[in-house]
Amino acid sequence: MRYAETGFNLEVDLTRGNIERVATDPRDTELYLGGLGTNAKLLWDRVPPEVEPFSPDNLLIFSAGLLCGTPATGCNRTIVSTISPQTLLMAFSMMGGFWAPELKYAGYDKVIFRGKSPDLVYLWIHNDKVELRDASHLRGKGAGETAELIRQELKQPHAQVASIGLAGENRVYFASIEQGRSSASRGGIGAVMGDKGLKAIAVRGTKDVHIARPVEFMELCSEVLKYIKFRNENPIPGVMPILAGLGSPQEMAVHDEKWHTENFMWGNSRLRRKDFWNQDVARTWMETLDKMRTRLISCYNCPMKCGATISAPGVPTYMMKCFSKLTYTMAAMSDLEFGLRIAQRATEYGVDGFSAPQVMAFGLELHEAGILTDQDMAGLPAGNEERFYWLLDKIVRREGIGDVLANGTYWAAQQIGKGADAFAHNNIKKHEQLPLKLSMLNPIYFLMYATGEKINITQIEGQFPQAPFAAREEREAFVEDWIQVPDEKFKQYFLDWEPRGEKSMPFYPTVQMCCDIVDWQEKMHYIDDALGMCAGLSSFPLKPPYHIHNYPKFISAGAGIDMDEAKLTQAAKRYRTLVRAINIRRGMRRKDEKPPENHWKKRFPELEKELLDTYYKFKGWNNDGIPTRESLHELGLDYVSADFVNRGILTDKAEATPPGASTEQ
Amino acid sequence: MGEKKKKTVKTIKVDVDKCNGCRACEMICSAFHSAPKYSGNNPARARIRVIREPLKDVYVPVYAGENAKAECMGRDKYVIDGKEYEECAFCRASCPSRDVFKEPDSGLPLRCDMCESDPTLEKPLCVQWCLVDALTYEEREEDVEEEVKLDDVETGLESLVAKHGLQKVMDTFARMSKKG
Repeated sequence: MRYAETGFNLEVDLTRGNIERVATDPRDTELYLGGLGTNAKLLWDRVPPEVEPFSPDNLLIFSAGLLCGTPATGCNRTIVSTISPQTLLMAFSMMGGFWAPELKYAGYDKVIFRGKSPDLVYLWIHNDKVELRDASHLRGKGAGETAELIRQELKQPHAQVASIGLAGENRVYFASIEQGRSSASRGGIGAVMGDKGLKAIAVRGTKDVHIARPVEFMELCSEVLKYIKFRNENPIPGVMPILAGLGSPQEMAVHDEKWHTENFMWGNSRLRRKDFWNQDVARTWMETLDKMRTRLISCYNCPMKCGATISAPGVPTYMMKCFSKLTYTMAAMSDLEFGLRIAQRATEYGVDGFSAPQVMAFGLELHEAGILTDQDMAGLPAGNEERFYWLLDKIVRREGIGDVLANGTYWAAQQIGKGADAFAHNNIKKHEQLPLKLSMLNPIYFLMYATGEKINITQIEGQFPQAPFAAREEREAFVEDWIQVPDEKFKQYFLDWEPRGEKSMPFYPTVQMCCDIVDWQEKMHYIDDALGMCAGLSSFPLKPPYHIHNYPKFISAGAGIDMDEAKLTQAAKRYRTLVRAINIRRGMRRKDEKPPENHWKKRFPELEKELLDTYYKFKGWNNDGIPTRESLHELGLDYVSADFVNRGILTDKAEATPPGASTEQ
Repeated sequence: MGEKKKKTVKTIKVDVDKCNGCRACEMICSAFHSAPKYSGNNPARARIRVIREPLKDVYVPVYAGENAKAECMGRDKYVIDGKEYEECAFCRASCPSRDVFKEPDSGLPLRCDMCESDPTLEKPLCVQWCLVDALTYEEREEDVEEEVKLDDVETGLESLVAKHGLQKVMDTFARMSKKG
């Protein structure tokens, strides 16, 4: 008997319409846990680097995390993995909501799609009954609309539906997969779903998920609940309010947006408006949010209320979370009312709330600069806000200039030429980033931005405070109950970290310390992504209820796998390395690992080189970012080095990188 | 008739405005009632269900009560504070017209027992897991008339009488007593 996981995947061949239920190997769970970990293994085994994102051979994997469906609070994430049309690397966007636990209750850990359906279809999973159904009547429907229509036609009000909108159908490179209040948005995975002719997956499950050692597991869960209560009552002093508590940043709850509006960039990540926030703005925006926000809502089995139902007068109600609250507002240099209104349409179309607004602002910048002509933009309305609606419609339909912009800023700039690439200035690995432009290099963030393969900074940061505390007493108070640190040394790093002087950035934390900090932060996210835990209760906030010390116990008691900190750390390192291996095999190298050039004004090239050199070594990668044969061997990934040697990515001799290995494929 | 007595009534106050729709109550209910305790999770077995229509802002946690063998007439609608609720949203019965409050495998009806167990829990688990306070536990003292309890034989006979009629039961009883 399998515990926590069901032990079965669904394999769906969309080309032939064939569906199989396949038992999985419990040894893979032990080595790669589940979720992201086992997804990476599948992609490595079955998607060779020659496979293009829109090839029928590309896989699209929907996975529940290992502990989804158990009583572990906040464990509800669906990890969607495929090859991204935008980065051409592995994409593993995730979503909260209710879908993953429902899949578990239906009796499956993953749904693995291959091939392409000749007609638009959706998959209906109802326990043992699984069928592909015609979706031609859903073509062009919004993502949320689709979910409602499917629930109605199946007469299944409890079914959970993940779906794409027009953007996914038309293979927009930043199309999302939407599911209630949640979405898997990064990397253009919605485009892959659309390419496969798959409009939605509806799931309803009424079976049991089993726990290996129930009493022990419940005690762990109760401790977590108790700690969540404690943290809700005791926000962390000395940091800004959205970082003081648990959960995703509480964007739906807060009114005070001084920090975001004055520190994040407006337009196409261009303009910092240092005196933007004033009493008038504060009052108007508060009225807007109070008027439109119906209720704060949660994902499955989680007390944090990170999402909200939004009802803008005259448009249908929709659900929103986190920072998409401001991305449209700020890209269009408009106000909150506009942002909340256009987000409704964007959510129904199914586009990434980070990329889409930046792409539109980028298009308008190019027009202003004369790179896109009036002819290119024929039909462009005069009003600023109307322009954003117009561009959104053009993009998701791939009409006119929208067909170019639908490929994201990087690829659109390549197509447009005429110096357009200078305007695609906020990308890492061809993907739009948070609109942030800062002054002094932050060595920790430098490493995270450069080497992150999750493409989104919020998905690898957390745990360690973003900035030093001014007074030593504050720091001492902070470390006092800092039980989450994997090692006591992190407390010392933080205690000695000063805002100014000798022990301040960029030279403190030292290069070695930065490696430790970045590795810890990233590791916790990778563990979350295998277990299906929301980063909002674990890797993202300071002092979270889940950490490296209680996670092994959760896995042992829940899944019945013997686990301790060392073994968990090793497992996370194993599949993290496998993700890198997939990307290395697809051509990613050191040259791709860099933050946007203008991310910081003051750069330190020598220090940056040392940071990257040292971090690569620390991670067991060679100087080009390729995992070495020794480190692969240590992780039990000899099959990766064999493949690397075969392909000439590594030579038989350890450590050496053959010449030419760093040329892009 | 019985005499008046003080009785502690266990109640759960449901504040629908505070519900965040997370369904932790369903999850923990199913875990508690699995055997062995906490060994399985399956909200479809829960004795509480959140009637949930996010886009209409309808969130009603409702507890399983008596089983109704037939569908009722009640398919009316309530409008409260401008929001429309199906009458079923407030109904505790497991009944033929919907799939809630029934064991998914056997279809047998489920009923909330306020997490009765030994030792007694301080509060039902759905309340303990509801950190947003949509569910709160309240005990109140009530004067109740002590019911005169029928013993088992009497209960059995009553149901036989209900089914076959008093005369038939009496005849049968008489015949059986003659046989000695």
